[in-house]
Amino acid sequence: MTDIVLDIRNVSKRFGDNLANDDISLSLGKGEIAALLGENGAGKTTLMSILFGHYVPDTGSVSVMGQTLPPGKPRAAIRAGVGMVHQHFSLAPNLTVLENVMTGTESLWSFGSNVSAGRKKLIEISQRFGLKVDPDARLGDLSVGEQQRVEILKALYNDARILVLDEPTAVLTKLEAETLFSTLKDMARQGLSLIFISHKLDEVMATADRIVVLRGGRQVAERKVGDTSKAELAELMVGRKVTRPVREASTPGEVVLEAAGITVRSGGVDRLKAIDFRLRAGEVLGIIGVSGNGQAVLAQLLSGTIGRSAGDLVLFGKGGGDLTVADAVSSGIGRIPEDRNRDGAIGEMAIWENAVLERLPEFSKGGLVDRKAGIAFATRIIEGFDVRGGSPTSRIRLLSGGNMQKLILGRNLIEHPKILLAAQPARGLDEGAVAAVHERILEARKAGTAVLLISEDLDEVMALADRIQAIVGGRLSPSVNAEDVDAQRLGLMMAGEWEGATDAV
Amino acid sequence: MSALFDILASAGLWAAVLRIATPLILATLGALISERAGVLNLGIEGIMTFGAMSGWLAVFNGADLWVGLLVAALGGAMFGLLHSVLTVTLGLSQHVSGLGVTLFASSFAYYVFRLMVPVAGTPPTIEPFRPLNIPALSDLPFFGPAFFTQTAPTYLAIGLAIALAYLIARTPVGLAIRMTGENPHAAEAQGLNPMAIRYGAVIFGSALMGVGGAFLTLSAFNSFFPTMVQGRGWICIALVVFASWKPERALLGAILFALFDAFQLRLQTVLSGVVPYQIFLMIPYLLSIAALAVMARRARVPQALMQPYRRGER
Repeated sequence: MTDIVLDIRNVSKRFGDNLANDDISLSLGKGEIAALLGENGAGKTTLMSILFGHYVPDTGSVSVMGQTLPPGKPRAAIRAGVGMVHQHFSLAPNLTVLENVMTGTESLWSFGSNVSAGRKKLIEISQRFGLKVDPDARLGDLSVGEQQRVEILKALYNDARILVLDEPTAVLTKLEAETLFSTLKDMARQGLSLIFISHKLDEVMATADRIVVLRGGRQVAERKVGDTSKAELAELMVGRKVTRPVREASTPGEVVLEAAGITVRSGGVDRLKAIDFRLRAGEVLGIIGVSGNGQAVLAQLLSGTIGRSAGDLVLFGKGGGDLTVADAVSSGIGRIPEDRNRDGAIGEMAIWENAVLERLPEFSKGGLVDRKAGIAFATRIIEGFDVRGGSPTSRIRLLSGGNMQKLILGRNLIEHPKILLAAQPARGLDEGAVAAVHERILEARKAGTAVLLISEDLDEVMALADRIQAIVGGRLSPSVNAEDVDAQRLGLMMAGEWEGATDAV
Repeated sequence: MSALFDILASAGLWAAVLRIATPLILATLGALISERAGVLNLGIEGIMTFGAMSGWLAVFNGADLWVGLLVAALGGAMFGLLHSVLTVTLGLSQHVSGLGVTLFASSFAYYVFRLMVPVAGTPPTIEPFRPLNIPALSDLPFFGPAFFTQTAPTYLAIGLAIALAYLIARTPVGLAIRMTGENPHAAEAQGLNPMAIRYGAVIFGSALMGVGGAFLTLSAFNSFFPTMVQGRGWICIALVVFASWKPERALLGAILFALFDAFQLRLQTVLSGVVPYQIFLMIPYLLSIAALAVMARRARVPQALMQPYRRGER
């Protein structure tokens, strides 16, 4: 390695009983992209917070360009050229892009602000790195991907030479993630050094030069990307061999849910345009598509939170009016919402309360909530679905993403629903949790549940679904058998190319 | 109908409008800057009362009128410091703390007043600010008596509104205040100290509230009585929303409210005997609610308003 720009030496950090970082050393060369790979709780974010001066390490030191940084001083890290792109953006939605970027960059006591110089610098940086953005747009009007661009620009505006990105793709759509990675590679070519934190093997393999694997606070391996494989990394990361479950052949039963020509119109736009699909017991129907093409509306329709404008929805052979949420619950439609933190759980409430909330009548006695029964129910889910990191009475917010998802899955699957509506069920989860979620979905399918899987992850859909339909701009393609398609054909379908195709049976 | 027009065309009405608007302008600016940094200050009503008392008391004891205003500012700042400790350092509910400050400050004002000034049949008075005679302008027909016969603090308030509009929109410190009110974590990530910024904004804002109150005793009137603020502080809280947290609009809103108020005062005399005068007393408030409903629906609230900031917590 040529110029070392960053050197982390023997860093340890303990929180109570938990040794979050145990003697970790890491160095980074100019123009290099290093990936910090590990499951949730492996100590990746702690290490980067030490680098950025948010935490003071118990032992060890961080030096940038040969200079040792004073511990616990974010300002010093910024000045030394370290820029951090947080997973949860540090941005103000009501301010403009330029204002977000310029905050704190000028002396507070100067009488005016040199906005035109700031704008010029921002535009220069944005052109140099291909991070297109309108300086005067209100930040809140931008998409999540654009907001992340602003977050990166903010670091670059502060003359960052080393950029740290904490799980940068957790909030992005697949397309946005691909754009981001090509930008990152371009930045490395221009001499910037990058560290990105991830637990996604694909993106690590595709982007990084070097991969450092953390597990349980320890550095377990360091590999050049050419000398390793996804399988090896997965094993290093989890500590045992992880295999995603395989779908066995099955014979689907009768049609439980049928949509015929359904259109949903809201805000003056047709969000779903005359869609048709049939879902049978004991099968997984995969709806694949890039986010923002009507998936959310489809999920809302079947959860009973939005009504149809045209078309028929036939549930268990009976047509009728729109579903209400209560109908959906009582007729046995289990739902895994796309955004588990917003729609799937109430963070400040206990795990048991989150477990029983949608079926409260079953857990009430004489007008009061039957706490004991609720806790017993939650305990059954926790044991049956291997939810770790919390008791029935602890707040659900404290669970990791994977464990929260297992609880949501458990809450739906424990009573063997007839239909399971799973929207992006593995989004943001680490490898071990993805395998667990997939296994449960296939188990439900085997037990006769009809699963509607909404996903933008090709691997996921091809692994789980029996039949696949693509959703593009609110339209749904005819279905194809999973056996008959490859990734390329699915890619075309996701781009709207399905002329002449007919429904597979 | 012509009676209504006559009212609008009289220079006296417009002179009254600016006089009524002055305390509203000052206190609204104070509430506005504090809210821009993310702290609601419901202490406003009490702080205005305390400012009215302390400013008056200083002058009553021989101080210069301008020193009186300064004393009122310091008195306001003191309660601003109290509110900051409670809401910024301790992170308590801004509503509850603000109401507490209001109750405390107004009772404390009356207590100090009674301690220092013996009970008398007619309240003691001071010599208030005189209208400023501006050469040429004050002699203009209609415009002279309407707009250029005010006391100095009125011009100060208008100038301050313009200065603060510039400060908030155009200077680094203004941007820092806005960022703190929108997302204090982001402010800190850029190397700012959101706690210090909030302290500064609340204390400065409270000083303005104190001066706003003192205008009542040092310019609009010449003596102090405990109920004289009469809900003006609450009007200012509404005016901040009406103004969409923009100083230039706060100026406009305060003048508009003052216009309603001055107008109804004159309407009372014109239509006396036809309708009970209490109806007219309600008019400014009804119109304010209507204006608020129209204007505030598109307002962009500072996102971190009323959220305590704790370092390292999300």
